Amino acid sequence: MSVIDTEVNPGGVGLEDRPPIVNDFSIVAATVNGSGSQTANNVLIRAIFKMGIPVSGKNLFPSNIQGLPTWYTIRVSKHGYTARREGTEILVAFNPRTADEDLAALPPGGVCVHPDDLKFAQPREDVIYYPLPVKELVKQSGADVKLRDYIANMAYVGALTELLSIDINEIYKALDKHFKGRKKPIDLNFGMVTAAAEWTRANLPKRDPYRVAPMNETAGMILIDGNTAGALGALCGGMTVAAWYPITPATSLADALTDYAPKLRGNEADGTATYAIIQAEDELAAAGMVVGAGWAGARAMTSTSGPGLSLMNEFVGLAYFAEVPAVIWDVMRMGPSTGLPTRVSQGDVLSAYYMGHGDTRHVCLFPGSMRECFEFGWRAFDLAERLQTPVLVLSDLDLGMNNWMTEPFEYPDQPFDRGKVLTAEQIDELEQRFGRYGRYRDVDGDGIPYRTLPGNQHPRSAYLARGTGHNEFAAYSERPEDWQKNLDRLARKHETARTLVPQPVVDLNEKARVGIIAYGSTDAAVREARDRLEQAGVATSYLRIRALPLSEPVRTFVEQHDRVYVAEMNEDGQMHQLVQLHVPELAGRVRSVRICNGLPMSARFVTEEILKAEQSS
Amino acid sequence: MGAQRASPLPRYVQPENNEMTTQTKINGRPANTNKIGLTQQEYRGGETTLCAGCGHNSITSQIIAVAYELSLAPHQIIKMSGIGCSSKTPAYFLNRSHGFNTLHGRMPSVTTGAILANRHLLAIGVSGDGDTGSIGLGQFKHLIRRNVPMVYIVENNGVYGLTKGQHSATADIGQSLKYAGTNELPPIDVCIEALVADCGFVARSFAGDAKQVRELLKAAMSYEGTAVLDIISPCVTFNNDESSTKSFPYGKAHEERIQDIQFIPRFEEIQVEYEEGEERIVKLHDGPAVKLKKLGRDYDPTNKWQALEVLEQARRNQELITGLLYIDTSRPTLPQLMRLTDTPLAALPEEQLRPSRERFAQVMAEFD
Repeated sequence: MSVIDTEVNPGGVGLEDRPPIVNDFSIVAATVNGSGSQTANNVLIRAIFKMGIPVSGKNLFPSNIQGLPTWYTIRVSKHGYTARREGTEILVAFNPRTADEDLAALPPGGVCVHPDDLKFAQPREDVIYYPLPVKELVKQSGADVKLRDYIANMAYVGALTELLSIDINEIYKALDKHFKGRKKPIDLNFGMVTAAAEWTRANLPKRDPYRVAPMNETAGMILIDGNTAGALGALCGGMTVAAWYPITPATSLADALTDYAPKLRGNEADGTATYAIIQAEDELAAAGMVVGAGWAGARAMTSTSGPGLSLMNEFVGLAYFAEVPAVIWDVMRMGPSTGLPTRVSQGDVLSAYYMGHGDTRHVCLFPGSMRECFEFGWRAFDLAERLQTPVLVLSDLDLGMNNWMTEPFEYPDQPFDRGKVLTAEQIDELEQRFGRYGRYRDVDGDGIPYRTLPGNQHPRSAYLARGTGHNEFAAYSERPEDWQKNLDRLARKHETARTLVPQPVVDLNEKARVGIIAYGSTDAAVREARDRLEQAGVATSYLRIRALPLSEPVRTFVEQHDRVYVAEMNEDGQMHQLVQLHVPELAGRVRSVRICNGLPMSARFVTEEILKAEQSS
Repeated sequence: MGAQRASPLPRYVQPENNEMTTQTKINGRPANTNKIGLTQQEYRGGETTLCAGCGHNSITSQIIAVAYELSLAPHQIIKMSGIGCSSKTPAYFLNRSHGFNTLHGRMPSVTTGAILANRHLLAIGVSGDGDTGSIGLGQFKHLIRRNVPMVYIVENNGVYGLTKGQHSATADIGQSLKYAGTNELPPIDVCIEALVADCGFVARSFAGDAKQVRELLKAAMSYEGTAVLDIISPCVTFNNDESSTKSFPYGKAHEERIQDIQFIPRFEEIQVEYEEGEERIVKLHDGPAVKLKKLGRDYDPTNKWQALEVLEQARRNQELITGLLYIDTSRPTLPQLMRLTDTPLAALPEEQLRPSRERFAQVMAEFD
């Protein structure tokens, strides 16, 4: 993180004589995992956000419970940019183990807030230091010994509040919200913030140019993470069975289901539940429960990440072939096997799309914002039941676990689509029109057959769901023509899916000869990069994919541009491959801009890669 | 078209007396129908494709007979299975019931999901010793641990049939097979595994003992919770030598019933006669009971330690002990534990599944 995106010392004026830099900088808090720094960081973000200033936070944390270093980056951006920024101007050096490295990463002119007992091996001349008497402040706080480590982090909150002109009332409100109005912890923490702020005011004259100033850019907005957004969406979508197994970074989605289900769907009168949330023994069982529940008529879902997804492989293949609705959230993380479980990637695109054995292609949704995490949370059930098939929602760690500003979510504007499910009476009606009911008969020509649920009293409603070869009446069959016919129908159903899934969002620039295609969490980086490219003289259009299978607008977009760059976070350029397959005769126009280092994509990366490619083309 | 609304019906019609079928006339001719007006024919399935004489076929026949006799509503039953010879059998009974032939060893999780979706369904699962004892052992134990209400039948023959004669995890130590050679590992005992996972209904039977299979099936179908029936069901093609404890000749010669069991569809103290000391009555949920008559040895089916001791001795000595080995009716089932609505989750209307605008707004306000 040694490169900085913006110039910190324009015009080469003295370190302490720079003009103010307002609402356009980043802070990194380097702390020890498990020390409670998350509270401090959330409070800072929230206070800045409530001052009307666009802000975003990204947690770079280790796969560890306590003790390893963790970095939290807060980006303040008057332009509203929320992508990860390369380099930060303000360092909170609260982890002695990484302090030297962190200090070295600061740009010239950077700021370092640190405990006064921290000694740097190689102090820099070109950095402004603000040493804080953390131990003394903690002692004076009167906090219980057990709480001292947690309280210590509030010292940097206080110092930054003073140094950056953060509204201290907003700090109080943020603490009040964080501790849900519990007076004791609020007072203890706020006492520490105030003490540190006062000490800073009295002892540390402001020497750096960074500060915040109120704006009016966040009014009416909320801060939320994508896993919570997805869970809220699922609960609004009538989720009835959720089976899951703990895995980072998907666990907090199941946690949010558990937290919000009683609030949104609890029956206060008799305490009964309209949902079953069950922690399975492994991902395989979680998938089995979802498939069983979906088959029996529930709106069933699970949430997992790469390694768990691979365990669900056989079940997803079965559900595709037996035509059982299921919703699977894959909050993507880095790498095969354990990989880097706390780092982001978009590495499951191909494995999710083709999941199973034999010929399978699945509906995959790619939320690119908090609103879409919410919306796809409920819409996924409609698609799964309409298409009688697994629907995979591919989110990622950056969307799922980090805090994002967003407009509040909109109450679903469509009623449930429960798909083609027949009652006993409807079987009679269907039979009068089309002859004998068959579970896998394509009566409507869209590849989607009619299903029945256990409990249906009609004597011809029952069928045996199976992964084995079957004919239109769900009877076991090894006849080649039955097998072929069934697969042909499933292919037809996939074509129907193409028309039903969320279509891409296209921002066409008439002047542009260059197009960018992206999906998921990289949206923020791409939008910012487009501004930078524009400034560098490269006009771009942008298509954001929101689902697989790909549809006509993707072809049109490629046709409209000379060169199309598919930006993504995986090593194989997985979406790039799918786009090329979608437009084979134009494949040469489709280039790959990819990075796979575990960090959220930055605008700088996208800009530089495209500029480099454009210069050589 | 709207979603199917499954009506919560009782699993079976309680007879007013202990007669479970009745005489009616169809087209002027007398036909045997049960209390819900179905003939035994209507409980049948497709024709079996298993080997002639396979133990599984006789179990299939007993399932049909018992479902008919108990007047079970076919639409309220789900037939579940994994993969293997045994798992094919749901195609051979109860054509009017929905079923799911799932993945190898994964019937428990699929059934768990189905029961959570619709708690009023009666799940009848058929598995084998490979499906349960090897690939599915983990799911089997977790199903029991959760006490998912279902009848879990293991058609246990100690051998893999569809893949042509490999040893299974329940094979006798020392068992020799034509291609697989001699098994040198101790067998996994399905009943012991069920017991230590806190199963409240553990029984073993022998496919050649039709009456006992029938009575145990009736009891299992009336039990609220996971009921495990380990039925020794010989493979006539790959493992029917009399030296194998899973063979017909061995079972016929060596089966030791631990008690005589009789299912009582509607238990009323006054109507049922039993001799105290020699017999005991175990009441099941909501009406029925089983009458257990003492045979050779003193056996208390509510004593888990005794059950484990008897089973472990039998495992070591290669004895075939059959009967209701353990019963405990006190554990809550998973839907009870999760306090699910009485209406099946799958049948809840949108009004109950989508939060109101007010509630939604309240939660949204939390993030403000």
